[in-house]
Amino acid sequence: MKWGRFLAFLLMAVVIVGLTAGTVTTIWKSIPLGLDLKGGVDLLYSVETPKGQSLSTSAKQALLKAVELRVNSLGVSSPIIDLEGKNQAGQDQIRVQVAGVKNQQEAEQIIGATAQLAIYGSATMDKKTGQLVPQGKPLATGADLKSNAKWVVDQETGQNAVAIEFKNAQKWINITDKYVGKQIYVFLNGQLLTDPVIQEKMYNGQSEISGGSLSTPQACMALASELNAGALPYPLHLESLTSVGPTLGQTSLQRTMVAGLVAIIIIFVFMIWVYRLAGLIADLALVAYGYVTLLVFDGLHVVLTLSGLAALILGVGIAVDANIITYERIKDEMRNGRSLKSAVKVGNRNALRTIIDSNATTFIAGAVMYFFGGQGDVRGFAVALMVSIIVSLITAVLLSRLMLFSFTNSNVVRRPWWYGVGKGVLKEHEAKV
Amino acid sequence: MKPKFDIVRLSKWFFLLSSAITVAGLIFFAVFGFNLSTDFKAGSRIQFQVNQKVDDTKVRQMFQSVGLNIGDTGLTVGGIARNVAIVTLPGQLTPHQIQEIQNAEHKYFPDAKQGIQVDTVDPFVAQQTAHKAVWAILAAAAFIVIYVAIRFEFRFAIAGIIALLHDAFIVLSVFVLFRREIDLTFVAALLTIVGYSINDTIVIFDRIRENLKIDKPKDVESLREVVNKSLWQTMARSINTVFTVLVAAVILYFFGGVSIRNFTFALIIGLISGAYSSIFIASPIWVAWRSRSLPKKTVTDEVEVV
Repeated sequence: MKWGRFLAFLLMAVVIVGLTAGTVTTIWKSIPLGLDLKGGVDLLYSVETPKGQSLSTSAKQALLKAVELRVNSLGVSSPIIDLEGKNQAGQDQIRVQVAGVKNQQEAEQIIGATAQLAIYGSATMDKKTGQLVPQGKPLATGADLKSNAKWVVDQETGQNAVAIEFKNAQKWINITDKYVGKQIYVFLNGQLLTDPVIQEKMYNGQSEISGGSLSTPQACMALASELNAGALPYPLHLESLTSVGPTLGQTSLQRTMVAGLVAIIIIFVFMIWVYRLAGLIADLALVAYGYVTLLVFDGLHVVLTLSGLAALILGVGIAVDANIITYERIKDEMRNGRSLKSAVKVGNRNALRTIIDSNATTFIAGAVMYFFGGQGDVRGFAVALMVSIIVSLITAVLLSRLMLFSFTNSNVVRRPWWYGVGKGVLKEHEAKV
Repeated sequence: MKPKFDIVRLSKWFFLLSSAITVAGLIFFAVFGFNLSTDFKAGSRIQFQVNQKVDDTKVRQMFQSVGLNIGDTGLTVGGIARNVAIVTLPGQLTPHQIQEIQNAEHKYFPDAKQGIQVDTVDPFVAQQTAHKAVWAILAAAAFIVIYVAIRFEFRFAIAGIIALLHDAFIVLSVFVLFRREIDLTFVAALLTIVGYSINDTIVIFDRIRENLKIDKPKDVESLREVVNKSLWQTMARSINTVFTVLVAAVILYFFGGVSIRNFTFALIIGLISGAYSSIFIASPIWVAWRSRSLPKKTVTDEVEVV
């Protein structure tokens, strides 16, 4: 028996169990649960469309998209956004429910300010306030810009600026052509931001805006992200704010949690029953999987919803599967007459290719769902699935392997029985020895 | 595991079984349509405040007394003191029904000071989510085809995708046959099933690929043998893996909350179908296709001589 190897194995086991038992509750508590699991706030907005005008399907889509982008920029908080019937004033209403909001102020910021960027050709001094106010129709607005605005540092002046690009380059070319040598006025949310003089005609749709409040990188980044989120096509007016319970029901959830725990215990017992000590190693790796996944979720600020949990369960399946594939492979190798040690080594190697291919395929499915699934539930699921697969590769393959090797090489047990290798296999094997 | 029967030879019965379920589902779908929940249908949202914490069963009784049934996920509790009941029902309510609900509220919650507030809900967003999910699954299938075609071969890719779509279809068919409600959680379940199905199939394909390198079948007969052998070699793994995930789904179904029962039910059907299709549908399809470019039987054993 090699004590060094065995101690290494024991150390890994103790670290996994210790870390998990010690910190998992803190991590679990810091992961915000979604609307369906924990509840959140319900915000009802009225859509301030021009009088007598109702929303067309395309306008609905544009509005919902703008709201979704603002509420769910990462795509992992799965808000519920619903259009509702008209209120007394005949305005359409939009209901937004989001999880993990703590106070009223935060709730009001969810939809956030609309960055109303407008470029005017002329402006006049307001006599009362002494400030410049725009005059006439804007030459261009934030709606004319591509959503790739970003913070840059101007090459020549070293100033912080926001790089913008026009959707229709010709529009900007025409403006600069018309206003060569003249001043234009850039207003942000009704405030004059900068009033540069157009030096020369531009030949592409790119430009930079700077000056005024845009002195810091933070201010530039904030403006860029607001511009990128797209202007809300219509102003929204907050009508009511209520806190709501979980859409799946409180008692229902407690029962589900308990049931989930029971299921995990059964899986643990099953693995030990079928694969004995190797099963125990798989269980340890599974604990590590759960722990690391939660850690990553916490780091990514993922709001955990039912679809996220579903991906986690699928991840448990994939992680267990990786171990089952490996252990069955080890059995196969022993059937082919290898010794225990060499079977463990070769079995692991052969199983790895299978596991990589199957997980890569599922990962691709997740990645595609992320890009094509739009915002909300589908994207939340995709993120959770991709995280689960990567973590399961690290824990159920790398970590599990490391533990299995150090345990096998420690020679603590020599009988293949401890790896769940049945009698039939054993006889064949021993006959060859 | 030792081979118990010839899976490839019996494959036509499995094709028949899957087709039968799908056709039955299609017929039921044509006749009855999907049983969509309020997530996907225009509905009504009824909100009212009571003086104490909302009692779920009492609210359900109140609606039952006027002949309205609240679905499993139709009731949410709101307000900081959890004293606001929010009920969603399918369809638009008539003024008469609204009056009835109002009266029932007075009867069941006499302390409630405010009346009920009724809004209509546009299912626009949920429908979009469902559309996106369908597109996401189809797009995922396309990319899986590319990856598997590169790593394995084109025929494996198509067989795997057929199995994946088969599983989605079976789950939909079973939901239609049992008149189960299709709600937003169903979308999450469908995505999970697709993920599981392809993962499960690839593991078996990988073993077939490996055995093909060793045995190099030159005729249909030996090709069938190789695939049959591969299926039985991976059988222990297939059973053990589907067992572990099924245990979780079944326990969640029976002992978990009522509101996720549709979700876990879809998972159970999908997991069974996913494991089944990898063995009994995907692999035989591949055999049938691959066989077309092989002779029925090699005349002599000259292959081994070379």
